[in-house]
Amino acid sequence: MKNTTLAILIIFCGLVSNNAMAQDDLLKMVGEDKPKKERVKYAFKSPRVINSHSMEFLNPGTMDFRILHRFGQLNQGYKNFFGLDQASMRMGFDFGILHNLMAGIGRSTYRKEVDGYIKYAPIRQTKGARVMPLTVALVSGMTLDGTDWADPVRKNFYTSRLAYYFQMILGRKFSESFTLQLVPTMVHKNLVPLETTPNNIYALGVGGRIKLSKRIAFTWDYTHVIKPTLDSGYYHPLSVGFDIETGGHVFQLHFSNSTGMNERAFITETSGNWAKADIRFGFNLSRVFQLKKNKNTDSK
Amino acid sequence: MSLKKYFLLMILFFVAGIGYGQRYFTKSGKIAFDATTPSSPEKIKGKSHTAVCVLDTKTGALQFSVLMKGFEFDRALMQEHFNENYVESDKFPKSEFRGTVTANDKINYTQDGKYKVEVKGTMTLHGESKEVVTNGELKVDNGKIKLEANFDVLLADYKVSIPGLVADKVSKIAKIEVDCALELFKN
Repeated sequence: MKNTTLAILIIFCGLVSNNAMAQDDLLKMVGEDKPKKERVKYAFKSPRVINSHSMEFLNPGTMDFRILHRFGQLNQGYKNFFGLDQASMRMGFDFGILHNLMAGIGRSTYRKEVDGYIKYAPIRQTKGARVMPLTVALVSGMTLDGTDWADPVRKNFYTSRLAYYFQMILGRKFSESFTLQLVPTMVHKNLVPLETTPNNIYALGVGGRIKLSKRIAFTWDYTHVIKPTLDSGYYHPLSVGFDIETGGHVFQLHFSNSTGMNERAFITETSGNWAKADIRFGFNLSRVFQLKKNKNTDSK
Repeated sequence: MSLKKYFLLMILFFVAGIGYGQRYFTKSGKIAFDATTPSSPEKIKGKSHTAVCVLDTKTGALQFSVLMKGFEFDRALMQEHFNENYVESDKFPKSEFRGTVTANDKINYTQDGKYKVEVKGTMTLHGESKEVVTNGELKVDNGKIKLEANFDVLLADYKVSIPGLVADKVSKIAKIEVDCALELFKN
């Protein structure tokens, strides 16, 4: 009896295996449909939301030449053509080194500042065989003030020109069209104007993107300064705008209440008030150059 | 029946299983495309080295599958645009072809040789399916099968639109090149 059961089982197995083989879907047979681990890419069109760093990285072997432009305040009216008579800019070069490592330098007209940073992501959002719900990126940057000393009489140290910032970007591309990131930030200034002004500033950034079409996206970038409470005359920086992609460029058009375009400047020295239309029209222009060719694409 | 006989029976079934359908496959097939217009200063070319191809030599059934994200380009930005704007790989992760070699019974897969073949079937790209017929070359060489084919794909057929801004660079017709070396599939 036992043997008969075994026999039936074996025959059955044989038949099943034959049937499986005879199945129409050959691709399934070779295990083609198994999900693979896949990095979630293109959460933002560029490595900057507007002013803030985004969770996105440049591709390795590419350089991004960025010109950031902010005009004057909108509420200056027709006399200054709604701010377009004036301009502040930052020119930057960013380099993609690894898929999760990039670095860049920039020079701003505002306070003649030079800044540089390194951005590294120990964790990147993945899907497929292995799911990681979010990207965690760390940014460490430095700024160097290039203006004349405010008080040339006192003993001035070179290091007094420096400020540092440290950020952690927690970002997730929720869907094809929606991305959100939280950015806890600390800015340290070596020199502050008053003894009562703290050197360390803590802030939390909230940035995001809503894709409106394949080539146009709505973006916003807000940083809430938590500690110390802002001095009068300073505001929380908020920028809203659109990313428009053409062939090789990304245009970011936006309105912002900050003049400065590095972390020290826009987090701690944003003087515009949205409520009074004390905001500026601005654009970022990004052109990505391929420095290193992809070796896998060489013709056979 | 003794146990020995069961095993014999089992082996018989497995052998029958293999003999019934001779399947050849690869997971590292090469599929390249070129959508460069003559006036374009840069080559708009992508290449995948991870196409999956399966051929059933008994029935002539031939199936391809390629992950759109597996296509690599000279420029990373092109790759991004390809995935994001043209083929929308998040929505339509792969392209497939399911068809047959039309005169399959004329091919002797047990002997080395070269054959001009016609392949007929359905190609799915960007979520759109279309009947296609193309000519290629099939080479049997020492138990392996090499498949080569070149054909053109009209991108509009698959609802891949080329915006006017880049029409001088990106061609409306993509030249596809297939190059796969298949090996015997063992379970």
